[in-house]
Amino acid sequence: MRNQTVKAAVLVAGALLLAACGTNKEETGAGGGNQACDQSKGTLVIGVIAPQSGGLSALGLGIKNSAQLAADQANEKCAVKGYKLQVQTEDDQATAQVGAQAATRLSSNANVVGVIGTLNSSVAQSVQPILKGKNILMVSPANTAPSLTRGGEYATAPKRDFENYFRVCATDDLQGPFAAKYLVGKAGKKNIAIITDGKTYGEGLAAEFKKQAEKDGAKIAATAKVGERDTDFSTVITSIKGANPDAVYYGGEYPQAGPLSKQMKDAGLNVPVMGGDGIFDQKFIDLGGKEGDLATSVGAPTETLPSAKAFIDAYKAKGFKDDYSAYGAFSYDAANVIIASLGKTLGDAGTWGEDKRADLIKNTQDYSAQGATGEVKFDKYGDSTNKLLTVYKVTAGKWAADETGTFGG
Amino acid sequence: MATLLQQLINGLVLGGLIALIALGYTMVYGIIQLINFAHGEVFMVGGFASLATYSYFIPESWRSDWWVALPLMALGGALVAVILAVIMERFAYRPLRNAPRLAPLITALGVSVVLKEAVRLFYPGATAPVPFPRVFVDEQYTFEIFDGTITIGSTAILMIAVSVIGAVVLQTYITKSRMGRAMRATAQDPDTARLMGVNPNRTIVLTFVIGAALAGIAGVLYGIQITNVDTEVGFLYGIFAFTAAVLGGVGSIKGAVIGGFAIGLIKSLAGQYFPGGTQYDLVWIFVLLIVVLVFRPQGLFGEPERVRA
Repeated sequence: MRNQTVKAAVLVAGALLLAACGTNKEETGAGGGNQACDQSKGTLVIGVIAPQSGGLSALGLGIKNSAQLAADQANEKCAVKGYKLQVQTEDDQATAQVGAQAATRLSSNANVVGVIGTLNSSVAQSVQPILKGKNILMVSPANTAPSLTRGGEYATAPKRDFENYFRVCATDDLQGPFAAKYLVGKAGKKNIAIITDGKTYGEGLAAEFKKQAEKDGAKIAATAKVGERDTDFSTVITSIKGANPDAVYYGGEYPQAGPLSKQMKDAGLNVPVMGGDGIFDQKFIDLGGKEGDLATSVGAPTETLPSAKAFIDAYKAKGFKDDYSAYGAFSYDAANVIIASLGKTLGDAGTWGEDKRADLIKNTQDYSAQGATGEVKFDKYGDSTNKLLTVYKVTAGKWAADETGTFGG
Repeated sequence: MATLLQQLINGLVLGGLIALIALGYTMVYGIIQLINFAHGEVFMVGGFASLATYSYFIPESWRSDWWVALPLMALGGALVAVILAVIMERFAYRPLRNAPRLAPLITALGVSVVLKEAVRLFYPGATAPVPFPRVFVDEQYTFEIFDGTITIGSTAILMIAVSVIGAVVLQTYITKSRMGRAMRATAQDPDTARLMGVNPNRTIVLTFVIGAALAGIAGVLYGIQITNVDTEVGFLYGIFAFTAAVLGGVGSIKGAVIGGFAIGLIKSLAGQYFPGGTQYDLVWIFVLLIVVLVFRPQGLFGEPERVRA
């Protein structure tokens, strides 16, 4: 009997261990690589920190695959002389604390030249200081919180705290007002309710939206927050329903926003939901996003950009299982920023070492090229100079581009 | 006023779901004093199993008739949940029945993690929330009252109805039937019950089976109400249901149901009226739990713990 118990315990422990390994497994790229290239000096690693599991994995997998695509292409073209490039993906589970662990793991590897990530602004907050400690280059395809580059007082006294941090997408202080202009001006909604998920991204975006919407003459009828783990939003919906809003602006991401839109309709509140890039994914519609719901996202629609066509074709040719998603093209650009700057830093005969990190960051700052999302270039805070934004609308079960422009333009 | 009524309805719907799951906690605890932390995952697995029944086993021509599809899904969900519970009981809990109480408790936590990760890894697309079809009358009824309107969906009515009927049937079964008497006898004193000709193993397995079947049905109802399932919900609703069972008094059927409805109501009322809104509604649930446990450690309808000879 006793023996059996021990056996069972060992079995369970074993299974647990296996499960644990499953979640933490590090996926390394196939590399591929043309053997014609000189790769005698070894392998350099580009880290990716993005959600590979959980609600936001659709976006995270697109980021990973697109970075892999850029690395594979670089290996074929011998973009970095003497080295083979490899992508190492760490799952941050969209959680700041797990992201910090991932960053620590990557930063302990001297061969990690740069990190692409993160998806979530809240995760970036905890990753930034860790990578800065080792002076590791970080290029985010998706962080939109303005404070990441320009500090907490970004509107009045911008200050760059992280010289190693860059991003290739537009920020919420442009995205929120852009959405407000559309919703109040073009769609004519004057009595808007705001719901947020209470996270860095959602709160920031909604605050910027609110400022502009009020300036344009709309009334914020009600504000509410959903709990992070909630799946049943009936309480929140009831609490805003009394104010009879004609639209709801949601600061947050699609795993909550999709069901929220559906449950609003169930509760008799059949008005459009608008959100930011966090809800711009097909999953939003699968999970209940309804016709007429709106989202803003960074950049022009990937499908319509001539510069993106090569990226999409190459992505499809690779046969990845997952869609490139909202941030694929940005991730591809971010990877190319790192690769090109690395190539420039090492030149024809350079050898990678800790002393090269400062040069790499400097070369990234000076980087300028035409990427899949348009011009890729950074201002003095590390923000992208590409301020293009697009409003999308759910039409016949798909996101369709409605209006592209820049805020104020 | 309309808002208050609507929040009460929201609370009852959520409470019905929690009560269905809480019944499983309370029955298992009543009979072997085990807090089966994996029970929330059984509920989650039930949801996924019914979705699988819908996607892979029900032919497309049957799907539009909910009176065909929904019972089949409930059957599929409950069946998988039951099989899982029987396996769980046989291999994880029975070997530990005479071990110190902490051992099965930790095992239950382990089983919970294993189940959650297994579904996440092996169910296609389950790394993210999976859309769930609304296989029922998709109808919302709106009433004009006083200063506004209240809306209740047909799935919400179904949820409340099933949980109340389920609890009544269960209560009757346990108080009136022969097997029910065997369960109560085993709960009171397993050794004496065995001397009186009750097969304790069979009785305990049956308890797990009933609890799991209810959790499986709860999984289907959750799916059609919320219209998606996620591997995370097992843990979340497991905690709600566990709290409901403790609040009502573990071991008491009536307590689990009332505890479930109490938690549902507090969650929706706190979300509307208490400081912090829905982001802090969990705080109030656990404040209530602490207050009740301070004054009535055995819960609202529980019996004070007897010391066994």
